[in-house]
Amino acid sequence: MTSRKPRPYANPYLAGVALGLVLLAAFVIMGRGLGASGAFASTAAGVVSAVAPSRAASSPFFARYLGGAGGPWLDWLVIEIAGVAIGGFLSALVAGRLRVDIERGPRFSPRARLVTALAGGSVMGLGAVLARGCTSGQALTGGALLSVGSWLFMLAAFTAAYLVAPLARRAWT
Amino acid sequence: MIAPLFDYGYVGARAALVAALVIGIAFGWCLESAGMGSARKLAGQFYLTDLTVFKVMFSAIVTAMLGLFWLGRLGVVDLSRVYVPETFLLPQLAGGLVFGVGFAIGGLCPGTSCVAAVTGRLDGMALVLGMWAGVLVTGLAFPILQPFFDRTARGSLTLPQLFQLPYGVIVFSVVAIALAGFRAAEWIERRRRQPSLTAREPDDAALGVAPAPERMQA
Repeated sequence: MTSRKPRPYANPYLAGVALGLVLLAAFVIMGRGLGASGAFASTAAGVVSAVAPSRAASSPFFARYLGGAGGPWLDWLVIEIAGVAIGGFLSALVAGRLRVDIERGPRFSPRARLVTALAGGSVMGLGAVLARGCTSGQALTGGALLSVGSWLFMLAAFTAAYLVAPLARRAWT
Repeated sequence: MIAPLFDYGYVGARAALVAALVIGIAFGWCLESAGMGSARKLAGQFYLTDLTVFKVMFSAIVTAMLGLFWLGRLGVVDLSRVYVPETFLLPQLAGGLVFGVGFAIGGLCPGTSCVAAVTGRLDGMALVLGMWAGVLVTGLAFPILQPFFDRTARGSLTLPQLFQLPYGVIVFSVVAIALAGFRAAEWIERRRRQPSLTAREPDDAALGVAPAPERMQA
């Protein structure tokens, strides 16, 4: 595997159509779309509930993830994200794209990149809670369902990203 | 009408979890094979050097939107039973802005960070950790945020309702905007890849600050 050259990525339009069919399958089978940040919230609720059960149960945020039949760890989105991890791994495996790496620009140190990844993730955590979802649950799913709030989220997120990107340029170029 | 299958009882609770796993695997496979597990590639979207994010996202949105529109029209899917994310104008505007800042800093979004993490990218793992901590801390501080979180609720408001236009007209408009966007994306990428530009002014061409007049003619 290490000797093999990684295969190039798929055509973005074809991959996008395939992704759209997966999303459509979720609508048809489950009557709901895809998500990612919900799985983070559900597992966070699971941990809070294990450490401080009364605190989790009385929290208006975490309690919403504790009521499901399978509990927070067998929530639909948690299983779906476990699938995303498996599918992403398998795709990279067959294409020879598994590689331990810290992706960054040529002028940026690995440690600095790990800090920006950690910081960016934390900020997105706050944003996703406020917006009730992220690029998967709002932009992609709500976008296809023509939800006003989802389109508002998408426009706001990309506007902010384009405004901030020039300041983060050192990290990538 | 037979769908959503779960609502109509064709899919039980256990099968729903199997569906979650299978749909997730397909989702992750699509993301990885398009290169969306690579932070460097995703960051290209914000410096207009690689517009894969836009192409993948809008191909997916258009495909799912058209599919659902026609399955609804053919009477296969009961659209009233498909959950439309509810609209809360101010929190989603603010949440979107905050999310975008994090996206530009981190270079990956929550779903793609999972793909980056499992394919060996340590920055993806760091982002997953940060995202999880961010959700946890925000969840713990939620009582402070809740008054704002619940403001400007509009229910399951859709674009056809907002503009008071037929569903089909909005669907057609989104398709038209996406197709125009794809053309623009190809044009932008072609210009960015012109070797004469990058050879003469490597920094400016990569960075997108272009005061030089000859760029306009190129």
